[in-house]
This record gives sequence, C-alpha cells and structure tokens, in this order.
Amino acid sequence: MNLKAVQAIYNFEMARTRRTIWQSIVSPVLSTSLYFVVFGAAIGSRITEIEGVPYGSFIVPGLIMLTLLTQSTMNASFGIYFPRFTGTIYEILSAPVSPFEIVLGYVGAAATKSIILGLIILATSWLFVPLRIEHPFWMVTFLVLTAATFSLLGFIIGIWADGFEKLQIVPLLIVTPLTFLGGTFYSTSVLPPVWQTISLFNPVVYLISGFRWSFFEISDVSHTVSVGMTLLFLVVCLITVWWMFKTGYKLKK
Amino acid sequence: MAAATLLKFLAMQSIISVTNLSKRYASGFEALKRINLDIHRGEIFALLGPNGAGKTTLIGIICGILVPSAGKVTVDSHDIITDYRAARSLIGLVPQELHTDAFESVWATVSFSRGLFNKPKNPAYIEKVLRALSLWDKKDDKIMTLSGGMKRRVLIAKALSHEPQVLFLDEPTAGVDVELRKDMWQVVRDLRDSGVTIILTTHYIEEAEDMADRIGVINKGGIILVEEKAELMRKLGKKQLTLQLQQQLHALPAELSAFKLTIGEDGSTLIYNYDTKAERTGVATLLGELSRAGLRIRDLQTTQSSLEDIFVGLVSDRQ
Repeated sequence: MNLKAVQAIYNFEMARTRRTIWQSIVSPVLSTSLYFVVFGAAIGSRITEIEGVPYGSFIVPGLIMLTLLTQSTMNASFGIYFPRFTGTIYEILSAPVSPFEIVLGYVGAAATKSIILGLIILATSWLFVPLRIEHPFWMVTFLVLTAATFSLLGFIIGIWADGFEKLQIVPLLIVTPLTFLGGTFYSTSVLPPVWQTISLFNPVVYLISGFRWSFFEISDVSHTVSVGMTLLFLVVCLITVWWMFKTGYKLKK
Repeated sequence: MAAATLLKFLAMQSIISVTNLSKRYASGFEALKRINLDIHRGEIFALLGPNGAGKTTLIGIICGILVPSAGKVTVDSHDIITDYRAARSLIGLVPQELHTDAFESVWATVSFSRGLFNKPKNPAYIEKVLRALSLWDKKDDKIMTLSGGMKRRVLIAKALSHEPQVLFLDEPTAGVDVELRKDMWQVVRDLRDSGVTIILTTHYIEEAEDMADRIGVINKGGIILVEEKAELMRKLGKKQLTLQLQQQLHALPAELSAFKLTIGEDGSTLIYNYDTKAERTGVATLLGELSRAGLRIRDLQTTQSSLEDIFVGLVSDRQ
C-alpha cells in the first residue's frame, strides 16, 4: 500500500482548506448560525417544542447534517474536478497509486473537513441552545459515515462533471433540496400520511432521523434502519467509484 | 575487462519494451498501429514526428495516463498493467502542456510529487534538484507567479523528485528561452551520465541531433525507423557541393551529362549531391570535366544535410 501517496493527497487537500479558510470554514459556520437566528429564534419562539425537545435544539442535528452533506459533496467534487480541469491529474494517473489510495486521499480529506465543520457547528450550537447527546458513539458513527458517504458522492460528481455548472448541479439542485425536505427543520410525523410515505424515498430522511436519535432519542424511522440505509448508500457509492476506475470513466481515455 | 563487458551488456538491455502496441480512441481514430520499440538502458532517445503522429499517445500509455487497445509494454521487465506500481515508480514524466498547481509553492508541489511516488521526505535531495534547475530562489513562490520557462522547470523538478530511472520529456524546451534551454539540456546530460534513461520529443530537431544517442521517427501512428544517430546521419545524410561559376549557363554541357547536376536559379550555380559513404564521390572527376568544358569556378562550398533535412525527407516521403 502506498501510504505516502495517500498522505500526500490528503495533506494537499487539507492545505487547500487552510488556504481558503474563510470560504471553507468561516462561511458555512456563519450560514448555519444565521439558520439558528432565523429558524431557532424567530420561528422557534412560535413552535415551543417537538416531541419534548425545544425547537432550537431540535433543529441542531438537521443543521449539522445540512452542512455535512453539502460540504462533503462540494469539497470532494471540487477536490478531484480541479486537477482534471487544470490537467494536473496526469501526475496522479502516472504515479504508482491504486484507485483505492486515490479515493482514500481525496475522500478522507473531504470527510475530515466536513467532520471538523460539523463539530464546530455543534460547539457553536451550544452557545445558542441547550443540547444533550444521548448516544455519543452513534452520533460519531452517523457523523463519520455520512461524511464519508457524501464525500464519495462528491468524488463521483467530480469525475462525472465536465464543467463547473455540472459540478454545482447535484449539490445545489438535489442534495440541498433533499436535505431541506428531509426533516432538517421539522419531524416528518407532522406531515400528511401521503407525504410521510413519499419522504421515505428521500435518503436524507434516514440520515437526519438517525443523527437526531443519537442526540435526543427521537426519530422518524428506527435508528437501525437509518444505519442500514446509510451503509447501503455508502456501498452504492463505493461500487460506482470502483466501476469508474475500472472502466477509466472520464479519467483515462 | 569482464566489468566493461557487463556494463556494455547492461547498456544494450532494454529498459522499456513496447510490443505490438495499438491505440484506438472511442472516436475510432487509430493513434498507434502495432508499435514495436525498445529503449536501451541509459540512452537518450529522441522520438521525432509531426503533430498528431502519436508521440504523446505513446508516452501517455507507457506512463499510465492512457489505456492501450492492444499490445504490451514493460518497464524494466515490469508490465505497465499487471505490475503498474513497480513500472510507474521507475518513471518520471514532464508533460507537454504546462499543467501546474497555480496556488501551490514550488517546494510544496515538488514535495507532493515525491510523496505520490511513495518516497520518504528528503529535503536535501529536493534542494539539489531545485538548485540544478535554478529554482532554489523561487522555492517559496506560488507557481502562478512564475514565468512559462520557470513553470516548465518546475515540471521537470516534479518529475525528478522521486529519483526516476526513466525520464520522459515531452517537448521540454517549448517556450523556454535559449539560455535556460542550454541549462536544461545540461541537466539532462548530467542525468544521462548518472544512468537515467531519457526519452524526449522535441520540435527543435537540432536539439535532438545534439543530444540523442538514438533517433526514432514516428508518423501516422507507426514507427518509420529507429537508428543510432551517427548511423542515421551516415546512411541518410547527404552532402551537397555548390559551385559558383564565372559565366552563366542555359543548359548543361554534354561533357557534364554523366553527373547529376542541377543549374541554380541564377544560371551561374551548379549543385551536385553526392553520397559521403560511397567509395568514389565523383567530386574530383567533376572538377576535371568542368575544366575540360571550359567552365571557370569562382567559388565553391559543401554542406552536410542536417537531421532536420533527413526528418523532413522521411516524413514527406510517406505523406
């Protein structure tokens, strides 16, 4: 195993994050803080609590997930797309590095950044609302699994995209809407039965539900189902990446 | 004596072996047609060919950037597909295009390349490479602030960062000024002297003539010839004798009909092509016949055809 290559790619990507600290860290934290102000304080004053949890606290897991999903996807997609765009990908392709090692470097760095962001937002939330974490182990498990899965999705998008517009389409037009509709700001149990059924086709519902369960022990679906669905999505992403490298899809002519 | 024989044997060994290599792109374009080529250990091999001949495709396949359609390539006996780690770890590649990480420093990008090739950190070696390429003063500068020539040298530094045994230089001197070009070729010579095998493509054929041990000519996806440079010059190189006459000619005198002479455009010049490796060049006889025909010579000069002339002749013959 070429661990030095994994380390080189990982460090390169993390250095990019440090270079763009305002865009990478400060901006998402600020945006999430604004959600707290708007949804937590303004709307939260009218919705006192959901299933026994104050509304301000209730939205914290959803907001962390919102950042985790969008940042994992965007960071990983940009990480692999930019070398393709500039042509520096030649060096990765001609190095003695296996596809697994390439993925480990890029996806590992993107997931790390998202996890750091998630933890910063969690710490920031404590300043605004009272919080408790009933199942710390499962909280970390959901955090890591989701960051890894959506970083993989981002990696796939970064290989698939052949322009900056395509790079933005999936995060902005698919991931963000699914997150908003996946119970970030509400429990799906408050929806009419038909919409509750439709929501079950939204994979983000399982992620937010499981993550929220690790905090407050309340969920829209069983947390074991949530873990199962996250793992399923992870496996689908892994198979897709494997296929991309096997066929050289948009990487090697 | 035995050691010298062993060294000679090693030198003649192929470090890269290309067998029946073909490449057909998805568009149907056949970029390489059953190429067979051996690159000897420790030589400088110049691969010449017009644009679109297949040079970059061939290099791309050997380095792992492109997927071959058929055939086999080994690098120091390691198959580039089944044993790609061992094969690629021996190779350094300087691409034709200036692909660089604009926002990285020179030091960071060269160190990154070393890591990719599974080599432990070695600041002393990186410093040596940067100094040799006159980049040491720029080590902390972002690449985007460098000139085109410097970026080219950064690419060479990256390719050398992992101490490769084989170095591919795809148009290394494009956009580099004369002074820097000389420095770069000196680096290449030093590398060759240290045992590194060098494969280069260049449009500056005089550079290939100056640098290469062997020449390969590729055109339309096929290798036209591979020859020792000296042998190629001897085989295909021609000499030309130009005679300035004191009078003008409208036609060749009958005494000179046995010689393949051409009258120059001004009518007072005679051009005679002859083969340097022929037993008799015919020059002495020609001068005698000119005198007998009553033609007086004002001046004469000889010129040897360059590698460029040979290259143009080879490629145009096959158009």
